[in-house]
Formats: sequence, structure tokens, C-alpha cells
Amino acid sequence: MGSYVLRRVLQMIPVFFGTTLLIFLMVYTLPGDPVAALFGEKAADPAVVASIKHKYYLDQPIWKQYLHYMGNLFQGDFGTSFTGRPVTDIMAGAFPVTIRLALLAFVFEMILGLVLGLVSGLRRGSVQDTLVLILTLLVISVPVFVLAYIAQTVFATNLGWVTPTVQNSYDLSQLMLPAIVLGSLSLAYVARLTRTSIGENLRADYMRTAVAKGLPRRTIISRHLLRNSLIPVVTFLGTDLGALMGGAIVTEGIFNVQGIGNVLYRAINQKEGPTVVGIVTVLVIVYLVASLLVDLLYAVLDPRIRYA
Amino acid sequence: MTTAVDTTKPAREAPYEGPLLDVRDLHVEFVTRDGVARAVNGVNYSVRAGETLAVLGESGSGKSVTAQAIMGILDMPPARIPRGEIRFRGQDMLRMGREERRRIRGRKIAMIFQDALSSLNPVLSVGFQLGEMFRAHHGTSRKEAKDKAIELMERVRIPAAKQRVNDYPHQFSGGMRQRIMIAMALALEPDLIIADEPTTALDVTVQAQVMDLLAELQAEYHMGLILITHDLGVVADVADKIAVMYAGRIVETAPVYELYARPAHPYTRGLLDSIPRLDQKGQELYAIKGLPPNLLRIPKGCAFNPRCPRAQDVCRVEVPELFPVTEDDGTALAGRGSACFFWKETLHDR
Repeated sequence: MGSYVLRRVLQMIPVFFGTTLLIFLMVYTLPGDPVAALFGEKAADPAVVASIKHKYYLDQPIWKQYLHYMGNLFQGDFGTSFTGRPVTDIMAGAFPVTIRLALLAFVFEMILGLVLGLVSGLRRGSVQDTLVLILTLLVISVPVFVLAYIAQTVFATNLGWVTPTVQNSYDLSQLMLPAIVLGSLSLAYVARLTRTSIGENLRADYMRTAVAKGLPRRTIISRHLLRNSLIPVVTFLGTDLGALMGGAIVTEGIFNVQGIGNVLYRAINQKEGPTVVGIVTVLVIVYLVASLLVDLLYAVLDPRIRYA
Repeated sequence: MTTAVDTTKPAREAPYEGPLLDVRDLHVEFVTRDGVARAVNGVNYSVRAGETLAVLGESGSGKSVTAQAIMGILDMPPARIPRGEIRFRGQDMLRMGREERRRIRGRKIAMIFQDALSSLNPVLSVGFQLGEMFRAHHGTSRKEAKDKAIELMERVRIPAAKQRVNDYPHQFSGGMRQRIMIAMALALEPDLIIADEPTTALDVTVQAQVMDLLAELQAEYHMGLILITHDLGVVADVADKIAVMYAGRIVETAPVYELYARPAHPYTRGLLDSIPRLDQKGQELYAIKGLPPNLLRIPKGCAFNPRCPRAQDVCRVEVPELFPVTEDDGTALAGRGSACFFWKETLHDR
């Protein structure tokens, strides 16, 4: 088990450097001069431009810029945005919002998705099963922004239960509706994945053994069926948590949630290189950690992997 | 030997005088998209305590389906049991409630499956899966169940049971896994064990060990054993009597040695002839011509008639019942029966 963890952690290193290098290259080799953009319509003083470029290391070749950036990164310095605000500050404001939103969406999709998947998987072909299939298909085929606008219209405009957009991004009750919209797609996937997985495992030989042992039905389902069926679902949920932490540009935009997605969107528009690279770097780390946790969880759930 | 053991087991229920298990006129069908597959068509057999019945047949002969019907582990639907009785200690299990039936499974009648690797739950330790028997039926505590699991593993001679109790099925060899299946079936000292091809997935050397172990434990606990197999070699050593199945019917029953010496059904004859023998080296192997019947369209008359070297017109029209087999002078042969109109001729076939 120990060597398995070590191997997985070591695998993360090249992935981390590869992805950060890629994003760095993409951001800084994009056409358009970010410094010139700061001056807007006015002609910029070449001396000022040069000093800014020097300050931000932009006058160096790109590989030097990358090494410099990485060097700072390992000392906890994500650089400074072109507006002069440290990138860490910007992220500190946005990440707590995104984490709240992501966790809400995650709990929603996990609980409801598993319940729906279990209900339909155990009774294939029943009315409940058909209903779950149709509903999830609907959610999967409708784009998230349509869903968001429908939710806004119904719950805010018609019913008046919530305000159309979020006033205070730290308030959990206000984040509820965006979270449901955000989690709905994954909910559909979780439900369908659980359903398929349960259907497969129901036919497994060890299930027949469990029945032949004379175990009560609920023991058979909870101990033998669920434990095996949940392995692929857990994998999906884990990676999805990583994805949710990355913020949701569309959902956050529609509901005016001041999370990482919104900040990233604005930074890209304004060619805020340091902010974009900083945020994406953190997202890469979040994603890597999430998938590591998934793999570890996978090993806990499935002993065949643990000892492989 | 069995009687000696009996006296040491006074705690067990009073021995049941009649057959432990009595299957009567059992029919099982599967409803499929293409029609109704008649997997079992009127099977009768019975097993007494301490007795071993071998059920022999090709795949699709209905031998496993009968066993699953006895265990009550058929998926219904698609399966259904339109007719028949399965009496356990005189009580028809097909008329029992769900809960009553469950209490018999594993505790009174246990089953050993063919492929232990897929039949054991891959994500639970073997100790847990063994202990589960005690926890589910006797409400034993988790800790005590584990101790009992270790005891069981020692019973079936798994080396270093104490260290291995927390291991998972995939960490054991095929033979050891099958021993665990046996231990699981044995856990609550059932009256009857059904072993469905228990050695098919194993190496020949391991097969013998596992069969010996099973036979030994059966004698020790004085259990009834139904051994389902297609392997005539496995049967010879351990079985008391044999029932040969074809297309969902029993075509011949006989005490084991008599069946080998003088089969009374052309199908049994064919099975025996298709065993490779050393003195036939160089010659072509004998095979029964044709294929097992499609259960959706079982041939009219005797189901074996299209493949039978002895088939006459009557075989294509009438279904033969299981005739008692006798000597030429009419002396009854105990336990012998053949569902062939020409059993007499077959018996004399040399």
C-alpha cells in the first residue's frame, strides 16, 4: 500500500510541471500586449512600459519567465496581478465561495444521484426506473445555462423563494439554487452510473452466493451489492469534486457568484496573465490531489487494487 | 464409520427417517423473448442423510437449474416453477414463505458453486464472508464470528488460517478458494449440501484433494450430498447413486457401480463410451453424434431420439417414462430405472 501511494505521488510531479508549463506558454504567448492594454487608448511612455515589463519579468525569454515563476511559486508567491494586487489575495477572496458552492453541489448530486440510481437499478423496467431514465436524459441534453435560466425564472421570478442572483456569495442559503443547477448534470451521471453498476452486480455470481447463504435481503443489498457497485461511482464523484472546485464559469456568471470561475473569466478577458496562471496552477494542484484521493479510496474499496 | 460419528453428535436434530430431500415432478421454465425454454421437465429424486447422489449431465441438461430451484436462488422471473414439489424433511419448500425459506438456505441446505473466485465477494475478506453465516443466522458477534471463521478454515485444512483470515479471495489459490467455499457451506452444519461442479475449475491433482475433503466431511457430519457434475471420473469414487439427466429429465438412475458396469440407457452408454481410454490410443475418440437439444424446441417423444443409435418409430412419438430395470428373470434391481423403451436391449449391449 505504501509503495502504491508513493508511486502515485511521484506520478503527480511530471503532470504538475507539464500542465503548468503548458498553461504558462499559452497565456504568455497569446497575441496582444498586456502592458499596452493597461494604458487603454492613451499612447504609453516607452520608458514606463519598459519598467513595467522589467518589473513583471516580461522582458525575459519565456523559459526564464517560467523558471522564475516556478521559483517564486515554491516560496508561496503566486506573483502580482497587473493591477498591483497580489494573486494570492485575489484567490483568497474567491476560493472560499467556490468551495462552498462546490460542496453544496457535491452533496446534492451525491445523495440524490445515489438514491435515484439505487431505486432504478434495483427495479429495472419499473415506472420509477423509466422516470429516472427520462429525467436524467433531459438534464444531460439541456445545456446548463438553459437550466440556470429556467431555475431563475421559476424559483426567483415566479415563486419568489430566492433572489434571481446571489447578493452575498458567502451565504450558503443563497448559494443553494446555483449549487443545484451546478450539480444537476453530474447528478444525472451519478444516477445512471449507479443504475448500470447495480444492474451488473445484481447478476454477479457472488450475489447468488449471498442469497444461497440465507442472508437477509437488506444485508445482501447494503453489504454485498452496494459495496461493489459503488466503486465506479466513487471514482466519478471524486474526479467531479475536483472539477467542481475549479469553479463554474457559466453558473457563477448567471447567478453572479463571486467565485473562482467568475474571477478567472474576467482575468482572461483582461489578459491578466499572473492571475490566470496562478488560478490555473492551483486548480491543477486541486485536481491532482482529488484524483490521488480517488485512487486511494479506490484501493480502500477494492482490495484487488490494494495488493496489485 | 458414520454410525460411530452419529453418537458423538447428540446435539443434532433427531435423524429424519424419510428422505431428507424429495424432489417430485419438478418443472422449471424460463420465459425468454423467443419462447418458453423448458429447462426441467418432471424431475424426481431423493437424498437421505449420509447419502451421496450424483447428478450427471451435459450443460443444459437441467442439473444446475434443479439445484438452484432446490436452493430457491432462481431469478423468478424469468424462471418459473409451474409444477412440482421440493420436500425438505417432508415439507414442501415451494409453499413456504420467503422468510421461512431464507432460514433454510445456508443453515439446513447449503450450496457449493463451481467457480469460487467469482462466487466469493471480491471486496470482502474470506473471514468476514465465513463469519457472516454465523452473524446472519445465529446473531453471533463480529469478533466471535471471526474466531469461528478461523476454526472453519482449519477444518478444511487451510494452512496458517489465523494469518489468512483477513485475506481476500483473490489472494488464495484455486484449490484454497474452493476449500473456503466448502467451509462456508459447512459453517452451520447443514443437513444437505448441494455441490454444483465443485471441482470443474480446478487442476486435476487439486480436484482429488477437494473431493476427498468433501467426502470426508460429509461422512463426518452425516450429511446428504447432491453432487452435480459432468465428469464421470469424479462421480465414481464418492457417489452412492447416480441420476443421469438429459433435456430436463432423468433418463437413468442406478447405484454407481451398476451404472458403470451395465448402463440401461443409450445416452449413459454414450457418455461412458466417450471417456478416453489408454488402450484406445491412436483410435478416434467416441463422441455422441449431434448436439444437445434446444430447450425451446425439445424433440417430440424421447428427447434423445435424434442422437440415439437405437431409436425406433415409437421413440419419436411417445415419451418414455422411467421404467424399473430388472434382470432377465424379472428380479428387481434396487434403485435402477431407465427412461428408454429399449432398456433391456441396452442393458445387454456389450
